[in-house]
Amino acid sequence: MQQIIFFFIRNKNFLLFAVLFTISVALTVQTHNYHNDKFISSANFVTGGVYTFRNNITDYFNLGKENQQLLEENLLLRKKLDQFKEAVVFEKLDSTFLPNKYKYFTARVINNNYSKTKNQLTLDKGEKDSIKIDLGVISSKGIVGIVSDVSENYSTVQSILNTKSRINAKHKNSGHFGSLKWDTKDPNVAQLVDIPRLAELEKGDTIVTGGRSTIFPEGLLIGTVNDFHLDKDDNYYYVNVQLFNDMTALENVYLIENKEATEILELEKRVDDEEQ
Amino acid sequence: MKNSDIIINIVRFIVLVFLQVLMLNNINLLGYINPYLYIFFILMYPLDGNKGLLIFLSFLLGLSIDIFEDSGGVHAAACAFIAYIRPVVLKYSFGVSYEYNSVKIKKADPMERLTYIASLVFMHHFVMFALEIFSFKHIFLLLKSTLFSGVFTIIVIVCTMILFNRKST
Repeated sequence: MQQIIFFFIRNKNFLLFAVLFTISVALTVQTHNYHNDKFISSANFVTGGVYTFRNNITDYFNLGKENQQLLEENLLLRKKLDQFKEAVVFEKLDSTFLPNKYKYFTARVINNNYSKTKNQLTLDKGEKDSIKIDLGVISSKGIVGIVSDVSENYSTVQSILNTKSRINAKHKNSGHFGSLKWDTKDPNVAQLVDIPRLAELEKGDTIVTGGRSTIFPEGLLIGTVNDFHLDKDDNYYYVNVQLFNDMTALENVYLIENKEATEILELEKRVDDEEQ
Repeated sequence: MKNSDIIINIVRFIVLVFLQVLMLNNINLLGYINPYLYIFFILMYPLDGNKGLLIFLSFLLGLSIDIFEDSGGVHAAACAFIAYIRPVVLKYSFGVSYEYNSVKIKKADPMERLTYIASLVFMHHFVMFALEIFSFKHIFLLLKSTLFSGVFTIIVIVCTMILFNRKST
């Protein structure tokens, strides 16, 4: 017994280190799983407060650019409004016209990183503003990511610049689907994989979101084809997509809620359960 | 440890965390290089201080950075690791004499001091990036990040040391 106690006393630093190291590795591994409830997250009172404080100061530096972007967006919306006024009967829904099963919120980015392999953003809206996990996040130029965690006043977003991120996307001209990933190299270039070989791609083609997920509506802008080549098996294309969004300078973003998402997911789950 | 040492270390801890999360994490030189100055706290912790306490404080320091960064526990793990390994590094950089409290980090030979800083910085960065990237596929990215961020951190730490040495003398 004495031996054991002496052993503990002699190695107390090592044991302390081992315990703490294990805890931190466990925390790390936990974050590698796709958003379960994270124990450590910047969507909490203290860090959210600090980041809001910083943003209140740094916001002023980008005001000019932000105004410009808002003006551009206003112009675009105004043009669309005119189009609607002119067209008396809507024969076909334009892909940019979104039916009202989607609900929109606005938020401000208070923390943004893009230099790591698993990047996250923090927004200044949370549960109190009815933000939920799995809402899509877009800016006026294109998609940004998916909400991964919420606290009362803040929420964190898994950026598309995250090696865990998989977003359903399609080639606008041909309609072929693939998924959008990120290879960590360049914050302005994402990769579209699993586009079948028979798709006719060309440099400069537009890539938009596909309608296969319950998170993003179909037809949101993502980027343009930068270059592409066939992958090892020669069956699918590997496409580098130049993003429309400048992911390094995000200020105002919109969150999209699909009001029918729960219904769709429940239905799919029920079908899955029945098949098993 | 004297009373003044305790206060200096508490202030250093808080200032370094805020400096790191508000400024240094946003430098992103060439897209991904950031200096991790906050480990300055572990480097400058008094040589005669309690080792167990250092390991615990380092863990807390790393965890504070992790909470701000949303990075799980990568900084906490790396910090706990270098805090544990610090006595060994002290011994091989300053020789056995450090055990008799005859060495002051600020006044040691510049070469010995650089060995000490560089060893701990590279170990910290390696553990941190290894846990963050967490895949053998990106081993090249891991080594590249460790090297470049490490060099940047060492430069910033040496500058900080020079800056504050002047003031105290």
